[in-house]
Amino acid sequence: MHTFDFTRPADAAGAIALAAKAKTAQQGADIRLIAGGTTLVDLMKLSVETPQLLVDVNRLPFDQIEALPGGGLKIGATVRNATFANDPVIKRDYSVISQAILQGASAQIRNMATTAGNMLQRTRCVYFRDPAMPCNKRDPGSGCPAITGHNRMLAILGASEHCIATNPSDMCVALAALDATVHIQQAAGTRTIPFADFHLLPGDAPDRENVLEPGDLITHIELPPPLKDSKQLYLKLRDRASYEFALASAAVVLQIAAGKIVAARLALGGVGTKPWRSAAAEAELIGKTADEATYGAAAEAALRDAKPQSQNGFKVELAKRCITHALRTAATA
Amino acid sequence: MNHPATPPGSTRREFLANTGGVAAAALGSTMSRTEAHGQSRIPSDSEIASSSAGAIPLTLRVNGKDRALQIDPRATLLDCLRETISLTGTKKGCDHGQCGACTVHVNGKRVLSCLSLAILLDGAEITTIEGLGTPDDMHPMQAAFVECDGYQCGYCTSGQIMSAVALLDEPCGPTDADVKELMSGNICRCGAYANIVQAIQQVRKPK
Repeated sequence: MHTFDFTRPADAAGAIALAAKAKTAQQGADIRLIAGGTTLVDLMKLSVETPQLLVDVNRLPFDQIEALPGGGLKIGATVRNATFANDPVIKRDYSVISQAILQGASAQIRNMATTAGNMLQRTRCVYFRDPAMPCNKRDPGSGCPAITGHNRMLAILGASEHCIATNPSDMCVALAALDATVHIQQAAGTRTIPFADFHLLPGDAPDRENVLEPGDLITHIELPPPLKDSKQLYLKLRDRASYEFALASAAVVLQIAAGKIVAARLALGGVGTKPWRSAAAEAELIGKTADEATYGAAAEAALRDAKPQSQNGFKVELAKRCITHALRTAATA
Repeated sequence: MNHPATPPGSTRREFLANTGGVAAAALGSTMSRTEAHGQSRIPSDSEIASSSAGAIPLTLRVNGKDRALQIDPRATLLDCLRETISLTGTKKGCDHGQCGACTVHVNGKRVLSCLSLAILLDGAEITTIEGLGTPDDMHPMQAAFVECDGYQCGYCTSGQIMSAVALLDEPCGPTDADVKELMSGNICRCGAYANIVQAIQQVRKPK
């Protein structure tokens, strides 16, 4: 591992002042905030990340889950994933988040990883993780060997000619479905980003994965009030039953009255270059009868723009079946 | 190659450690295992610690005993336990958070020591397999692993047992499938899974 300097600021202002000195908050950042470290330490061992300064944010006061006056919830940036998933209010009102987190990683990693850290976790693309290989995300302009190489696990939605890396998060898929907002503090004040706008498509700058700038500190995410009497399900399909990343996953939230779908939220994991909310699929669900024809139309709409690579054509059909099975299971629960 | 016989009265590990000491000494101060006994102090933002400038102090409470240490900021908890404190019960498998062999408890929760920078844990309470029980006074989970033959080569076993003990205090359904799901972060290449699940269930549901 490369050498680095280490510091633990006393408060958020101290962390922000330090982080603001970074050249970038994206790939190759010279200053990194560290909480659980489950992604960062791994990538530092691989020399994919080589920060010169680590700023410990574990002791900043962002480790609480709080009820908001309007009925929503505030989830601190350093709340551990296990705490988030097992919170009784999350389990009751936002169970799709709980299901998603508990189907990700292992119990040990969920005890370490944090809300903000999970949002910032990096792709598992093997070329990104190997500094001996070209990779436009790690080394802009060097090329994307995944497009002509091992791409079975990689994205079929949102890719570009420069990058086809999959976003690996389960938690983020549920947060995208639930219209969470991301709260960011910086020296000049605070700002709020809709969750769907937080992650960026790779386009021609895959090294840039989200909206964060140097000096931005995620303080918490906010969940809007829960959809009353909604049926929620996270379905994850993968190569082994546990401790594996998704080939395809779906977070669905449905409100059904007298057989009609009143409200629908649908987001996909394992197939997109970012957590993939599908407005097209939702449009096929809202106001329709909760039946197989409707679920099938939603699945077709969600994958209409899919562009499979040489080894992951199976993901198109797999994602469709993931969607229809998730909708059917949630609706009849 | 002929291996010298282990002298009577010493374990294989002690013997190897002693004979290896000569080589370590030859490598100079970078291999120093000295423990500092100064007050633990993490640098503030006006006072940044440099890993290139050498070790920085921290205190870990390991198995009930305070350890004042000088460590490189790059040291993981795993390397700190094994190399600095010489508690070698915690094993290094993949060193990338994929196998669970390095599982220990930090402030009562199971974590992967290979992905935990020790410097982040100043003041933390650490429990390793050595703190769980002794051969004469085993933790019930250790005894159940012995009784159920929950291992073959034994390399993953300390991680399996640390996970299993933590599981007792976590939300976990009653079935074998529930246990398998919560133990999925601990890989056993010998495939002793069936016996591991049996051992855990035996502790959870005493006869």
